[in-house]
Amino acid sequence: MARRVAIVGTGQTYHKSHRLDVNGRELINEAVTRALADCELSIADIDAIIIGNMDHFESINYVDTWSVEGSGGYMKPIMKVTTGGTTGASVAIAAYYHVASGLFDKVLAIGWEKNSESDTTAAIVTCSDPIWDRFSYSGAIPSLATEASAYMEQYGATQEDAARVAVRERSHALNNPYAQMYNRPITIQDVMESAMLAYPIKLLDVCPRTDGACAVVFAAERVAEKIAVNPAWVKSCSVRHTTTWFGDVDYDTGMLSLQRASKEAFANAGIKNPVEEIDVAELYLPYSYAGLKWIEAIGFCGPGQGPKFIWDGNTDMGGKLPINPSGGVMCTNCIGATALLRVAEAAIQVMGKGDARQVPDVKTAMATGFGGCWWSDVVILSKEKP
Amino acid sequence: MSEWLQDVKDLTLKGQIKVPYTWSVGEVGSRFLVALRDEKKIIGNRCNSCNTVYVPPRKNCGKCFKDIDEWAELGSEGIVTAYTIVRYEYPLQPAKAPFAYAIIKLDGADVGFVHIIKEDMDKLKIGVRVRARFKEDRKGNILDIDSFTIIKS
Amino acid sequence: MDKIAIVGASQTKYVRRKKSEIFYDMVYEVTTKAMEDAGYTLEDIDSVITISNDFWDGRTISCMAVQEAAGAHDKNVSTIEGDGAFGAFYGAMRVLSGFGTTLVVAHSKGSEGDLKVITNAMFDPIYHRPLGLDAISSSALQASVYMERYGITEQQCALVSVKNHKNAKNNPYAQLPMDITVDDVMRSKKIADPIKLLDCSPISDGAAAIIIANEERAKKAKTKPVWIKGIAHCSDAYFLGDRDLADPVSLKDASKKAYTMAEIKDPVSEIDVVELYDAFSYMEPLWLEGMGICDAGQGGQLIEKGITVMGGKLPVNPSGGVLSAHPVLVAGLVRIIEATLQLRGEGGAHQIKGAKTVLAHGINGPCGQSHCVWILGSE
Repeated sequence: MARRVAIVGTGQTYHKSHRLDVNGRELINEAVTRALADCELSIADIDAIIIGNMDHFESINYVDTWSVEGSGGYMKPIMKVTTGGTTGASVAIAAYYHVASGLFDKVLAIGWEKNSESDTTAAIVTCSDPIWDRFSYSGAIPSLATEASAYMEQYGATQEDAARVAVRERSHALNNPYAQMYNRPITIQDVMESAMLAYPIKLLDVCPRTDGACAVVFAAERVAEKIAVNPAWVKSCSVRHTTTWFGDVDYDTGMLSLQRASKEAFANAGIKNPVEEIDVAELYLPYSYAGLKWIEAIGFCGPGQGPKFIWDGNTDMGGKLPINPSGGVMCTNCIGATALLRVAEAAIQVMGKGDARQVPDVKTAMATGFGGCWWSDVVILSKEKP
Repeated sequence: MSEWLQDVKDLTLKGQIKVPYTWSVGEVGSRFLVALRDEKKIIGNRCNSCNTVYVPPRKNCGKCFKDIDEWAELGSEGIVTAYTIVRYEYPLQPAKAPFAYAIIKLDGADVGFVHIIKEDMDKLKIGVRVRARFKEDRKGNILDIDSFTIIKS
Repeated sequence: MDKIAIVGASQTKYVRRKKSEIFYDMVYEVTTKAMEDAGYTLEDIDSVITISNDFWDGRTISCMAVQEAAGAHDKNVSTIEGDGAFGAFYGAMRVLSGFGTTLVVAHSKGSEGDLKVITNAMFDPIYHRPLGLDAISSSALQASVYMERYGITEQQCALVSVKNHKNAKNNPYAQLPMDITVDDVMRSKKIADPIKLLDCSPISDGAAAIIIANEERAKKAKTKPVWIKGIAHCSDAYFLGDRDLADPVSLKDASKKAYTMAEIKDPVSEIDVVELYDAFSYMEPLWLEGMGICDAGQGGQLIEKGITVMGGKLPVNPSGGVLSAHPVLVAGLVRIIEATLQLRGEGGAHQIKGAKTVLAHGINGPCGQSHCVWILGSE
């Protein structure tokens, strides 16, 4: 049976659009060093490593073996997990299973990306099927814009509603010195006046591209409590990578993969009423409209209720259920690290290490990953042992 | 295979992933490449924990997992510890076959340095002494060393 | 470790080019066949691990191409990018963590990409990639150090090719069953000294899948369970110059850990068959040394003395090995499948009689930087 597993330490780089002063291995090393320092462990204490990114953003084949000097993988088991945008969460979940299996006690999860090293869109378009999709429906924005316009049509949501989400993320990032968009607040007017990319998505509705890395230490029950005063226990994790082709995604039924992954994760964590029982959420929201619609898929509010839920201030700091105290993906997006940052930030909240971005009295936190062909990963963390 | 396909030419689609890359070299690597370019010197660095002299130099020692801060100037000569004479041509290769890849233990270094040897294939064996030959027009990359030449069997 | 077993296995025939099947088709084929083998339906599959690589597949998020083909719709799924033996390792951990079963599936179409460009991309872009190194030339460097240090001869390596291609004649899935002689290997085209054409594995297309189950769920499978006794993996340093290429330290470490888990004290007498990752002929003796099957430098003599042939004391690669079919990423999973067939007694013409304990092995990275060792048993 699965052993109990907790997160005992996290580390991340100060995220920037360009980190020309370091190569990829050195960037990884910064995050790893900080994660180890956070839980006062040395690399010798680590039993295994899982690393993830997206190959064509840096053009490194076999990142697990390439990285060992920076990751600490010399003479250790190291493997690579890659699932597109969900990569970081997939890495975290793999680390969880490494420990839960009983084979390893202390495991390091690493996500990283140096998006400055390539043309992000040139690389991302190749995720589409080369025979059927690549010539037309490719890259991140067309598919997201389709969802957004369908949602607006269905529920009468407006561009201003989405802008409210973008403003929230930037405002939260004022409290997170690691965020790329730290100290760069915006207004709804700024969003409305930013350049239209693909209707209804404007420049300030979408995430940036970032150079950064994140590392998280997972530990087994028998050692976790010795390492950390307040470990963040993994209550459950759930993954749904439902579709293969973009054309198969049904934009009208909500975010199916997130609905299903959330449902399973809540059930396994014993959560019956998520909006009441979850104290803070770090959600992978790559664009502002996701902040309206996807919280409905999770079940924080009913279908079409997203905009009201946001305008009522529920998801702001001090609200009923603060979302993305870190500023989220729209303030930092080093893609292979992005979903791991959600898990790390959720853990930081549970461990009470959030400093200016700390939500008071967090018992249960939720993290999600998004990517691939409308896929979702969900991780539930808690102060309470599972 | 379905019967009807047997009479049809298989359809294939040609494509290529075309993404331009700009890799950051990092501070330590930059110093190494600048020394190649500007001084025709090969420099390494020494881990103060295990005393290993690395080339190319590293920001941190992968084994000790500690930052490295001591530079070490190395000779531009060394001993071949492994080699292969490549018999096939390929556009990625910087030289025309037959040429050799070699791992060279440079004077003063504790690890091997991988580079190419273009001449005297008949004299090449493990243990021969080689010297770096620098390009005239150097750009700050690993091919500022044109190749290594055999100086003593 | 709780008892977990391989209860389903399947593979495609490996060929130079699968003309009419895309990744999705190959993965669907082996997923379906693995479930049939186990006597399972899709409802019996609790979790899925796919294995793919964005470089070999020529697309980013390569796992996207096969999710539904792997039966992963609405299931907990993840993807390992690396050799299938590592992907299967994750599958095993998921079963140990509480999933009743996990399907592990890998696919590869070497025919669709460019081996040299793709393997060049595993080298450091700043220091080594501009030199044009690839899998063949880097492996040739390793062969040169190994052979020079211990006096391993090209003829000894040639004997490995002769043996494995001969073994492949008994394996209907193998791509290159051949009757060749040491002279044929020695006279074959020089590629990168000391490696010649017949020392190399081929370019292959194919796919493979296994199903791992816990003890309770294994009882519901129709196959004889093959128990996972020991698993471990380990990585050496990255830069070729940092490594002693003739001393596979990471393989030694992984082997030692896997043996300890499986309570194996004397691998030579306790292991009945080895299925290892011989991408080039020299790798077989070198990896056998790393596995502790013989002392350092003695690998060449194992083959000369006939120890590793069919009918020898410790047959190695009865399937014909990677030299006879090299679907990259799939190949380590194939070693596990071949071990499974041996332990079920379903090896057909390449069955080793009475095999009770089998070692299966996969590698990742340049020159076997990372090794994964599996000890499987029938009891």
